[in-house]
Amino acid sequence: MPSPRMNARSSGRMRSVVTHVVDTLARGSRVPPIGCPVSVLGVADSSAPGAYLDAASTEPPHPAARAALLEALDAGWADPARLYGTARSTRVLMDRARARVAGVLRARPDEVSFTSSGTQAVHLAVLGGLQARRRAGRHLVVGAVEHSSVLHAAELHEQGGGEVTVVGVDRTGRVDPAAFGAALRPDTALACLQSANHEVGTLQPVAEAAEACRAAGVPLFVDAAQSLGRVDVPDGWSFLAGSAHKWGGPAGVGVLVIRKGTRWRSPLPADEREGRRVPGFENVPAVVAAAAALEAFRADMADEAPRLSALVDLIRDRVPREIPDVQVVGDPVRRLPHLVTFSCLYVEGEALLTELDRMGFAVSSGSSCTADTLRPSHVLEAMGVITHGNVRVSLPRGTGPADVDRFLAVLPGAVSRLRRSAMNTPETGRRSRP
Amino acid sequence: MRFRGRVKGTAPATPAPSPAEPAGPPPVLVIDALGRKCPIPIIMLAERIREVPVGEVVAVLADDAAARTDIPAWCRMKSQDFVREETLPQGGWGFHIRRTY
Repeated sequence: MPSPRMNARSSGRMRSVVTHVVDTLARGSRVPPIGCPVSVLGVADSSAPGAYLDAASTEPPHPAARAALLEALDAGWADPARLYGTARSTRVLMDRARARVAGVLRARPDEVSFTSSGTQAVHLAVLGGLQARRRAGRHLVVGAVEHSSVLHAAELHEQGGGEVTVVGVDRTGRVDPAAFGAALRPDTALACLQSANHEVGTLQPVAEAAEACRAAGVPLFVDAAQSLGRVDVPDGWSFLAGSAHKWGGPAGVGVLVIRKGTRWRSPLPADEREGRRVPGFENVPAVVAAAAALEAFRADMADEAPRLSALVDLIRDRVPREIPDVQVVGDPVRRLPHLVTFSCLYVEGEALLTELDRMGFAVSSGSSCTADTLRPSHVLEAMGVITHGNVRVSLPRGTGPADVDRFLAVLPGAVSRLRRSAMNTPETGRRSRP
Repeated sequence: MRFRGRVKGTAPATPAPSPAEPAGPPPVLVIDALGRKCPIPIIMLAERIREVPVGEVVAVLADDAAARTDIPAWCRMKSQDFVREETLPQGGWGFHIRRTY
């Protein structure tokens, strides 16, 4: 992400954000770098006051993370596995961070491990959960719209001779809890369900899935990367994964939680670190920053989540009214507070992102034509909704109504410009549409 | 299982075989969008569906896998009648749509 900077034009808006943050935050002493103009060059462009609206890819760093990181860089550099004073104090920092994260996740500190990414946490949960229950069987159940890290782990399991059942979703991207329960078998070693979908924001029926898993004696892994800090995860899971940069912490920190009493065996070579769960020297400063950010971010969300959710409702309402031939996808009610996705007919998703970026708006897309796969998003495909012209808008902490207004002011023009140029190509000719 | 990260080579996923399925009414217009990436096949369909009379069938030939999702989804959005999908011997698919209005 380009580093956004403040400029004279945005300072009025930023002042109101700061007021809000100071009012609602314990540690709101810094100006959050949110909603400032950004461009591909990473330099603020005063001629294009845009906004960063891609929190689902990564949340801008929380001020609490920055402060904690700087402090821990000086105080927490020693090897926490050693016995001398500096090592012990580094270890204390690590233990405190673990306790803070456990507190937010309503887990015990010894259930929490820090990984080098959310993806690593997912891989360890899925493969380690399967490994530990090999005697029960080699059957794995996953939702159809899981994050690629879950599906890639499932694919590896399948290549190794395991069996995978994929549970489909309805038009809103929600897994049917009855179908999920029905997919569990006596030889099912593990079941995986995300807390919320990363592309369309639909909340998954975790509580119902957990109940079905409990009845069947199958451990449930919940990939909560998209929701941690924003929405509390229902209880009943055996494994949980998260990613610090999604809640305003630093990159390179994931969280793996393994419930007490759940069997798990590392799929990797033995290593002493992190209670033998995660290999490699711990990044203590980043972990400390991640824990501080999670506590602060979750405290913010008490007020921020309903506020952002109202802005998402505004986008959900205005986009289809102001732009013809647009489909808003995902559940309108059972959804993440900060995320909305819509597809614009007759427009190429990447072209739309480029056009919006030109005007200073950072959003993302699940549309097809990524160079590596040439396939549409597996999420949109599983939902059976339009896969082209797709735009995902996800509001970071501190996004104001003015940011959303400016986005909604430029969007219809951007879409109609691209539609005009697409309609005039030689193969499509210039005709009227129904 | 398959998803976007998994595709190897160019073999498209095989749709459910439907040998007993009736061929249905022949299309009165065939739009060749083979080799075109989405959303071009959808644009071509939207532009030309009015060339067939109401109640008649138009076929779109396409080999972009996204069309398999997008054409039925377009029909739902536009209240047109998605009749069926067929696999083409030369690769790709034929999508049959009945104009309803």
